[in-house]
Amino acid sequence: MSKIQILAICRHPEILQTIIRLVNNNPDWNASGAITDEEAIATFTSQPFKLVLLGSGIEQDNEEKLKAAFKAHNPDVIIVEHYGGGSGLLFAEIFQGLEGR
Amino acid sequence: MAQTVLHKANTRGHASHGWLNSYHSFSFSSYYNPERMNFGALRVLNDDTVDAGMGFGKHPHDNMEIISIPLEGDLEHKDSMNNVAVIKNGDIQAMSAGTGIYHSEYNADRTAPVKFLQIWVYPNKRNVEPRYDQITLNLEDRHNKLQQILSPNAGDAGVWIHQNAWFHLGKFDQGINTEYKIKSAGNGVYIFVLSGDVKINNQLLNTRDGYGIWDTEKFTITAETDAEFLLMEVPMKF
Repeated sequence: MSKIQILAICRHPEILQTIIRLVNNNPDWNASGAITDEEAIATFTSQPFKLVLLGSGIEQDNEEKLKAAFKAHNPDVIIVEHYGGGSGLLFAEIFQGLEGR
Repeated sequence: MAQTVLHKANTRGHASHGWLNSYHSFSFSSYYNPERMNFGALRVLNDDTVDAGMGFGKHPHDNMEIISIPLEGDLEHKDSMNNVAVIKNGDIQAMSAGTGIYHSEYNADRTAPVKFLQIWVYPNKRNVEPRYDQITLNLEDRHNKLQQILSPNAGDAGVWIHQNAWFHLGKFDQGINTEYKIKSAGNGVYIFVLSGDVKINNQLLNTRDGYGIWDTEKFTITAETDAEFLLMEVPMKF
């Protein structure tokens, strides 16, 4: 079975690396990361992502633009606002998103 | 009519990492229970015991209001804002992780464990500037009365956070009762019993039980034994 592809976006490089590392601890998931909006959109359109994690530091306007761009490219993509910074909430947020809660 | 939820102490999630023994009232880390995700804006209530000299190494946080309340022992804190502090029983620490911080937490004692509550509340605004606050509380101010230890207002008693939330501690002698009035419409209160037996209206709670109550303007608290408890009023929609 192919892994669930997850894109994490976060302006803070060290926190982004933590998120990617934690997501990849789950053998069924594979995380990619992006810091800038341009990088995020380029990465998102390069492969089929199931879920996007919006991390810290993304301004409200940019967040809305990113959501619109992702949905335009893939209406089924699950977009989750990540809280806590690669913390104990990460797995629950992803599970909840994948379960459509 | 008031709505309620009861979380008995022995139904909490549990993780034992050798140096860390942690009970989770809500889903956290490898404990995932879709029925136990949060109580309104209250997302994490971890009841942690850390072995002597051990602790959490440097790790990041963002977009979360993080409150630590030591119950026994001393907890050493260092963060990327250059704060270095030891918090002990009687202190409360609040940290707004906002755009991102790093911190570490260690048991400052080389012989005895440290016990503390770590509480996370969703912020009412994402990407705020990170901040840190720590105060020492007067333990007498909670004896047979409610002591406010946290609010949304910088000039109010206790520490403050970016959320419409109020926390109180109480240390009541057996038989003492009081009424709690909700401070902000739409808020609920999660009660966590630190020790002893407490009744919230007619619901009996024992040590380490949690109980949420909302859609009400007030409720009564009665100490069935000598008891200590924490009240966390938070928005139910945020």
